[in-house]
Amino acid sequence: MWDYLKLAVLGLVVVVAAVAASMARDLAYLVHMLVIILAAGITFFWIIRRIGEPVQVASQNEYMDGPVRYGVVATALWGVVGFLVGVVIAAQLTWPQLNFEWAQGYLNFGRLRPLHTSAVIFAFGGNALIASAFYVVQRTSAARLWGGGLAWFVFWGYQLFIVMAATGYVLGSSQGNEYAEPEWLTDLWLTIVWVAFLLVFMGTIIKRREPHIYVANWFYMAFIITVAMLHLVNNLAIPVSVFGSKSVPVWSGVQSAMIQWWYGHNAVGFFLTAGFLGMMYYFIPKQAERPVYSYKLSIMHFWALIFLYIWAGPHHLHYTALPDWAQTLGMTFSIMLWMPSWGGMINGLMTLSGAWDKLRTDPIIRMMVVSVGFYGMATFEGPMMSIKTVNSLSHYTDWTIGHVHSGALGWNGMITFGMLYYLVPKLWQRQGLYSLSLVSWHFWLATIGIVLYAASMWVTGIMEGLMWREVDAQGFLVNSFADTVAAKFPMYVVRTLGGVLFLAGAVIMCYNLWKTVTSSPERKPARAAAAVPAE
Amino acid sequence: MVDPKDKTPENKVSPATRQYPDTAAQMKQDPPTTGHSWDGIEEYDNPMPRWWVWIFIITIVWSFGYWIAYPAWPGIQSATSGILGYSSRANVAQDIAEFEARNESFFVQLVESDLDEIRDNDELHRFAVNAGGSVFRAQCSQCHGAGGAGVQASGFPNLLDDDWLWGGTMEDIHLTVRYGIRNEDFLDARWSEMPAFGRDGLLNNDEIDQVVNHVLSLSGSDHDAAQAAEGAELFEINCASCHGDGGEGDYFIGAPALNNQVWLYGGTPEAIRESIYYSRFGVMPGFAGRLREAEIRAVAAYVHQLGGGQ
Repeated sequence: MWDYLKLAVLGLVVVVAAVAASMARDLAYLVHMLVIILAAGITFFWIIRRIGEPVQVASQNEYMDGPVRYGVVATALWGVVGFLVGVVIAAQLTWPQLNFEWAQGYLNFGRLRPLHTSAVIFAFGGNALIASAFYVVQRTSAARLWGGGLAWFVFWGYQLFIVMAATGYVLGSSQGNEYAEPEWLTDLWLTIVWVAFLLVFMGTIIKRREPHIYVANWFYMAFIITVAMLHLVNNLAIPVSVFGSKSVPVWSGVQSAMIQWWYGHNAVGFFLTAGFLGMMYYFIPKQAERPVYSYKLSIMHFWALIFLYIWAGPHHLHYTALPDWAQTLGMTFSIMLWMPSWGGMINGLMTLSGAWDKLRTDPIIRMMVVSVGFYGMATFEGPMMSIKTVNSLSHYTDWTIGHVHSGALGWNGMITFGMLYYLVPKLWQRQGLYSLSLVSWHFWLATIGIVLYAASMWVTGIMEGLMWREVDAQGFLVNSFADTVAAKFPMYVVRTLGGVLFLAGAVIMCYNLWKTVTSSPERKPARAAAAVPAE
Repeated sequence: MVDPKDKTPENKVSPATRQYPDTAAQMKQDPPTTGHSWDGIEEYDNPMPRWWVWIFIITIVWSFGYWIAYPAWPGIQSATSGILGYSSRANVAQDIAEFEARNESFFVQLVESDLDEIRDNDELHRFAVNAGGSVFRAQCSQCHGAGGAGVQASGFPNLLDDDWLWGGTMEDIHLTVRYGIRNEDFLDARWSEMPAFGRDGLLNNDEIDQVVNHVLSLSGSDHDAAQAAEGAELFEINCASCHGDGGEGDYFIGAPALNNQVWLYGGTPEAIRESIYYSRFGVMPGFAGRLREAEIRAVAAYVHQLGGGQ
């Protein structure tokens, strides 16, 4: 009965999407409708094929790791795609000839840049967060995921969101809000998926068989709830037509800018910081096999981080039309955010005290430690750059790009790689990774890549900041913008090289994980029913 | 996590025989845990590091101080203004006013001088070139290049040579900057338009090829002599009225000289063919209204001294 209802709904979706496709006012919308038809159609036939098969009732004593396994694969693959596009656009900035004439309007820098940022943040980072949240919440709650097949819906629904966002960017469907580029249709779909994600996560927490909620889950919860709020408020828009991708935002002027950076900064704060801290709080103690350093610190820095982060957005709008008072608040809250951010770093690093020797033998721990180190650097650099005097030099320059990438490549990338290396042998019942020396290769390639990237962007950022503000004794500008672009060329080459190294490391990781699944010796399934509450 | 495939060289201590800290003994000295355990993860009941707490408190105290000193908390109608009376808008206005005051006498002098006299006043000319350079870098370099060399073959004229489209005297340059070229914003904009000989069917393809070769011959470029000879008459009928019999051009109506190797859209047969077939319609904005008269005069002086001023 339930299956027939699903079939009816999917059939209806196909018909409605087909009608909408025939009425489409723009190419991106047409392609989106075709993608929806394809997705609904595949699901339709998949359900039909399974009708009549005996339903396997999953034991509530077993963890649901299917979506986690798929999520791990998606993380690795989207990661490589995102890094590749990043290398391409870095090369396009270095050698503008790579914005080929035949690809104008599709594969030029302007179209590929949001594709890169969304691919790494939402496709790579988002899949890593969803997969790890599903894994961690089950283990630390000693409960199977709530909601039956809903976790599968979250996984596939999120992939559909990624495909719609990516095709939209290339075909020119964009709101032009940084990190919130997808138009209304894609936004609505993400809202549905995200609510399902929230339900699965909270349902699992509620039915947990542990008396307390583990710190990692606080961070995951904060991440899911806040991102939902940010997404809804920043994307309030009225579609021009239900048959077109274009919409008109509700916010305008400086309010729009403020909402956008309230969103944008907290996308960093709750997606890339809180969510990944959740990851850190599980995988570092597990890999180090040591207790978390300080429970008190974790409580304090959690609540301080949650309370303070949400205020820091205005520091993206220093010296603009934003009123001075808002700039002041953005700056001071960013400064106060320094220690709460570092609380996570301290807890991560100090968890290793007594197990520092593992750094010599375990490249995965090395990756995690470097990740937390980059987290510490980026969360010091951030408050520093929010100081107005510093910001007047750093704003709009490559320094910002360097800052973001030392955080994104160093912290988010490395902790995700560590998580993948930890999870794959566990999820596919392998005795261990295929090759630890390949992990070491990955570690060094990625680390050197990040250093080249960040250092070159610091140099160009400060250089162009100084060149832009340089005036002669009479108060006249000394340099033209083109002069600063020309001066950056050598450092752009270095940045591209750094990206290539980072990408190469990720490709090696994919190979290593693939070989782990296919040819590493199997582990005996010792624990049939793993979900046993502790205490 | 010892890699079974780890091929450690003989002279190194293999991980298996290394001396590790006695973790069990250390655990005994460790602080108590909170007693919770999740999937085997425990938590120490360590206090928060003192330095961490203190720096956190200091940043909070500092923020309170900053809020007292600077505009900070919003009310219904306005925000607290801070005891320092800081305003970023006022600061910018003050910086601009200082700059204006410093240069005012020069700006006045620039506007009041006869354009051709600017060069004669050494101090004023130096100022004009410096100020004009700054204007040029901000307003003109996007098309004409930071150094003023333009982009030949893309229709962005080189301002360093003495080949001018609309004249290279101070008066000419000043007028061009002020009103621009082929725009609807100014009645006084420079305006000329070459017919699209191919698209509008004024010449057929063979005839255009002949004219192309004739144009190539005018500048001494490689060309097909027979075709060029055929094109001479066509050129005289269709082109010479603006470009001159010998292709010498005419500043007054903006007709480019064709008898030299300076090309606005490239000197290849293909590029010249395209120019004749479709015509070109290069435009430049007028800067009256965007820039002050003094700035327009300054940038004219700057361009004039780049190399080809007449």
